[in-house]
Amino acid sequence: MVAATSSDTVLPNTGGTVLSVLRKPSVLPGFGLTLGFTLTYLSLIVLLPLAALVLKAAGLGWSGFWDAVLTPRVLAAFKVSFGLSLAAAAVNAVFGFIVAWVLVRYRFPGDRIVDALVDLPFALPTAVAGIALSALYAPNGWIGSLLMEWFGMKVAFTPLGIAIALTFIGLPFVVRTVQPILQDLPPEEEEAAAALGATRWQAFRRVVFPALLPALLTGFALAFARGVGEYGSVIFIAGNIPGLSEILPLLIVIKLEQYDYAGSAAVGVLMLMASFVLLLALNLLQAWMRSRHAR
Amino acid sequence: MLVKKAVGFTPALADSRWVKGLLIATALAFLLLFLVLPLVAVFVEALRRGTDAYWAALVEPDAVAAIKLTLIVAAIAVPMNLLFGVAASWCIAKFDFRGKDVLITLIDLPFSVSPVISGLIYVLLFGLHGLMGPFLKSQGIQIIFAVPGLVLATVFVTFPFVARELIPLMQEQGNEEEEAALVLGASGWQTFWRVTLPNIKWGLLYGVLLCNARAMGEFGAVSVVSGHIRGETNTMPLHVEILYNEYNLVAAFAVASVLAMLALVTLVVKSVLEWRFGAELAATRH
Repeated sequence: MVAATSSDTVLPNTGGTVLSVLRKPSVLPGFGLTLGFTLTYLSLIVLLPLAALVLKAAGLGWSGFWDAVLTPRVLAAFKVSFGLSLAAAAVNAVFGFIVAWVLVRYRFPGDRIVDALVDLPFALPTAVAGIALSALYAPNGWIGSLLMEWFGMKVAFTPLGIAIALTFIGLPFVVRTVQPILQDLPPEEEEAAAALGATRWQAFRRVVFPALLPALLTGFALAFARGVGEYGSVIFIAGNIPGLSEILPLLIVIKLEQYDYAGSAAVGVLMLMASFVLLLALNLLQAWMRSRHAR
Repeated sequence: MLVKKAVGFTPALADSRWVKGLLIATALAFLLLFLVLPLVAVFVEALRRGTDAYWAALVEPDAVAAIKLTLIVAAIAVPMNLLFGVAASWCIAKFDFRGKDVLITLIDLPFSVSPVISGLIYVLLFGLHGLMGPFLKSQGIQIIFAVPGLVLATVFVTFPFVARELIPLMQEQGNEEEEAALVLGASGWQTFWRVTLPNIKWGLLYGVLLCNARAMGEFGAVSVVSGHIRGETNTMPLHVEILYNEYNLVAAFAVASVLAMLALVTLVVKSVLEWRFGAELAATRH
């Protein structure tokens, strides 16, 4: 971050009097204009509408809110959304880590194309991913028919299908958080470990992995959070059976279609609260790990 | 993004051929299963009944209306967030002020909100039974189940894209060049157009590219505010949903394949930008 330089003494302060209290002096113009526009736009598009959501849920009152949220159907959807997002994020933590490792450490034909392809879940519209996955995993689909024939396993229109969709959607997060850290990892420590007689596995487990763990956890949490809110890719493959394969976002849509505005707002606030707790826990975990591994 | 360092070539750090082969095979198998197959499936399903059925699904009036609507929504939402992104990154990157970290966190907020909630908040505000619903009705203004609602929901979900690319980029570039231009007598606007904009143009393009891909492909948020009126308030992803639920699979996958191609073009342009201007964009890859 570049601080405002010595300009305050050499050049006149061009800012307004009120704003100059808020900020350090600078010769550059446009602070009031851009900050004003930013705050207005942010308030109108993001903050006021989100406040309306909280206000609507608050209109139910404390007991009314919990009555709307603590129904068996909402709780079941809560379990489905959070449980399966957790499972999918765990799968992504393992395989995303391997993908990041392979992309950074090894060269093979087409590695650049593979690297670019990792971002596909970010770029592909979720509805497209949803119908493609349900076509693949349906009992008559390419993969679904094989799983059915070999293991008698039904994937599409079951909770397992939801986990598949959430794995797809969360795939880039772990790769893209681990990859740059692995890239910038100084080789000296690994070399020192090898020179001191450690095996490759020991060097990985004691030296490399601890350095990558914060990034891995961040990627895991991002994939998890994304999975909880995901809608488009899930609803096509889920089957959407209440209590079994119904996700929280779908429940919001259903309540909205029944004109239960307050109920859908309550579920929305519940989701926001849960995501907030998750992100807070992640930040605390990272701070703790940073202090533990401070070198 | 993919910059190979010498790491793999230090003899002490080389993994055995077995480990290397096994890991590469695992990674490729995973990506094949979860990324390549779904992508291939879209095109195979779309062309199942041949190219005639494929084209018929794309030139049918409802599909054309959906394509037009998607373009209109993106054409409004993307420039709005482009303007916002430039303004926000100017005040955040070029100045020091209190509460800056809070502002950055708030700008990123829409990314941590479920798409369905992104649509829900506007229904609660502007819907018939929403806070401002009765007032809007008396004025004859319709926002929900109409184009303004689709635009608002799209603006919300794509809100941070441009800003979050530009803020780290402009912070890294610092203020010296702008200060020099001003000292030499350039006006504020001249400084922005001649100095700042050329410096950030690739980052800006990168942000707009991602913003546009999301704007055209958004499903959850627009689904809530659209009302699903065929030929009127259906964007392409919503049109895909309707066709799919009607078991018109070839048409659904045909429209989906257009969106998939948009995603592929986005990935190609994105990769080219990263390879070509990787150093300039480096600030945005944290």
